[in-house]
Amino acid sequence: MSMSLRQTLLGSLLWLGAIGAQAADVSLLNVSYDPTRELYKDINAAFAEQYKKDKGDSVTVNASHGGSGKQARSVIDGLEADVVTLALAYDIDAIAEKGLVAADWQKRLPHNSTPYTSTIVFLVRKGNPKGIKDWNDLIKPGVEVITPNPKTSGGARWNYLAAWGYALRQPGGNDAKAKEFVAALFKNVPVLDTGARGSTTTFVQRGIGDVLLAWENEALLARQELGKDEFEIVAPSISILAEPPIALVDKVADKHGTRAVAEAYLKFLYTPAAQDIAGKHYYRPYDEKAAAKYASVFPKVNTFTIDAEFGGWKKAQATHFADGGVFDQLNVGK
Amino acid sequence: MARRVLPGFGLSLGFVLTWLGLIVLLPLAALALKASGIGFGGLWTMVTTPAVLAALKLSFGAAVLSAVINAIAGLLVAWVLVRYSFPGRRFFDALVDLPFALPTAVAGIALTALYAPKGWIGALLAPLGIKVAFTPLGVLIAMVFVGFPFVVRTLQPVLESLDRDIEEAATSLGASRWQTFTRVLFPLLLPALLTGFALALARAVGEYGSVIFIAGNIPMKSEILPLVIVKQLEQFKYADAAAVGIVMLALSFLLLLAISLLQRWSRRWAER
Repeated sequence: MSMSLRQTLLGSLLWLGAIGAQAADVSLLNVSYDPTRELYKDINAAFAEQYKKDKGDSVTVNASHGGSGKQARSVIDGLEADVVTLALAYDIDAIAEKGLVAADWQKRLPHNSTPYTSTIVFLVRKGNPKGIKDWNDLIKPGVEVITPNPKTSGGARWNYLAAWGYALRQPGGNDAKAKEFVAALFKNVPVLDTGARGSTTTFVQRGIGDVLLAWENEALLARQELGKDEFEIVAPSISILAEPPIALVDKVADKHGTRAVAEAYLKFLYTPAAQDIAGKHYYRPYDEKAAAKYASVFPKVNTFTIDAEFGGWKKAQATHFADGGVFDQLNVGK
Repeated sequence: MARRVLPGFGLSLGFVLTWLGLIVLLPLAALALKASGIGFGGLWTMVTTPAVLAALKLSFGAAVLSAVINAIAGLLVAWVLVRYSFPGRRFFDALVDLPFALPTAVAGIALTALYAPKGWIGALLAPLGIKVAFTPLGVLIAMVFVGFPFVVRTLQPVLESLDRDIEEAATSLGASRWQTFTRVLFPLLLPALLTGFALALARAVGEYGSVIFIAGNIPMKSEILPLVIVKQLEQFKYADAAAVGIVMLALSFLLLLAISLLQRWSRRWAER
C-alpha cells in the first residue's frame, strides 16, 4: 500500500516539477488600449532615444494593447504593468480600487492626467447620402447607426455620453428627454459590436450602416488607411471631450524599482516632441505648437467634459452603465 | 495489496488524478469560489433578469438546435465518407477537421463576411427577406460550423468497424433496406451519435469567438450567454460573471448527464 502511495505521490511530483522558475522582467511595460498601437510605437522609440541622451541608460518600453476594460482586468489580475494608458478614467479607477495605483492618481499629472485628447465624430459614406449633419439626424427613421456596445466597450460609453450631452443642451432638454433621445438612437443600431475596432470593421468592411460613431483619431485613421474617397468625417455641433488618461502603477513600479523611469516616461508624453507625435497620430495635443501644427487636421468641435456634465466617471458609470442602469432601461432590442 | 497484472497502476493513477485536478477541478473550484461572493440570493436575482434569461434561452436553444442539425448532417457525411469511395474522398475527409483548426475569431469574421447583407450569401438572401448575420439565425449557423466535426469524427470509427455480415444477415432474413438501417445499423450507431451530439452541444453552448462577430449582440434579441459574462467583467463584477458561469456549467452538466443516461439506455437496447 505504502509503495503504491509513494508512487502516486511521485506521479504528482512529476507535474509540480514541471512548473519551472519565472524569468524576471526588467523592461518598462505600458499596458494600453487598442487604437494606440501606432502612437506608442513611435513614442516608445522617441522616449528611449531621449532617455539615453539624458541619463545614458538604455530603456525598452514594451506595449500591450487590447480592449481598455480587458487590459485593466489583466493589470488587476497580475499583469505587471509599470504604467497604464487606457481609454477612460473608470478603468484606471478600478485598478486604483485594488490598491495598485494611488487613489489620487488623476491629480498627479497635468490636465487630469491626460496628455492628449480626442472627441466623438461621425464617419459617413462618400457624399453623405443620408445628409447627416448633427446628432438629431441619427434618430431619423431609416438611418442606421453603428456603435459598439457601451456595456462592453469603453469607447462606446463616450459615444453614448456625447449623445446624451447633446440632447441635454437642446431647448427644453432634461434627463427624461435625453433618455428618450438616446433610446431612439440605439433603436437605429443594427449591430452592437463588443469593441470599437469591431464596429469600424462592420461599417467599413461589411458596408453596414449609414454612420459610424467613432473617436476622432479612429475616424481620421480609418479615412487615411481606407481611402479618402470612400468616407467623410462629419463633426457634430457639440460633442464630448474624450480624455484617455495615463497613470503610474505604483505597486508594480516600486516592486520593479522602475518608478523613476516610469515617471520620466509619463512626463515625456507632455513634452513638445511627444505632443507632436500624438498630433501626427490624430490625437489632439495640448502643447500649443503641436496644436497649431495639426490644427488643419481637426474639425472645429465644441466639447463638454465628463466631469462638468456627468460628475465624473464613477457617477456616470453607476447611473448609466451598471446593471439596471439607464442603458439597460432603454430596452434596446424591443 | 494484491499485485495487479499491469504494472504502474499507482504511478499512473497519481499522474491522472493530479492532471485532472490541475486542468479541470482547480479552475472549476476557483470559479465556484468567485461566484460564492454574491450568494445564492444574488445569483437568483442576477440570473432571472430578463436580459440574462433571454440570453440563456438563445444560447441553449440555438446550441441544442445546432447539435441536432449536426447529428443529422454529420451522420450523412460520415456514412458517405466511410461507405463510398469516390475521387477526392481523402480531401473531403480532411476538410471535416477544418472548423477545429481555424481560430474561432477567424471563423466568425469569415462567416459574418459571407452572411452580412452585402456578403456573397447574404446578398442572395437579402431580396428574399432573410437576414442571417446579426440575428439569432447567425448564431445558429456559427454554432453549426464549430460543432460539425464532432459528430463525423465520433461516428467514423464505429461505421468503419461495423461488420458488413450483419447487414447481409439482415437482408437474407428478409429485412428491407430501410428496416436494415433503422433496426440493425442505427441502434449500433446511436451511442456514438449521442457522444457526437453531446460534444457538439457542449462546444456550441460555450462558443464565444466565432459567434460574437455574427450575433449582432442586441440585448434581449441576439445576445449570447458568454457575452453576458463579458458584460459583467467589463464592470469589474467578477462574482456576477462567475455566477453566470456556474449556471451555464450546471445546465450543461445536466444536459450532458441526460445524454449519457440516454446513451447507456441505447447501448443496452442495442445489445439486446
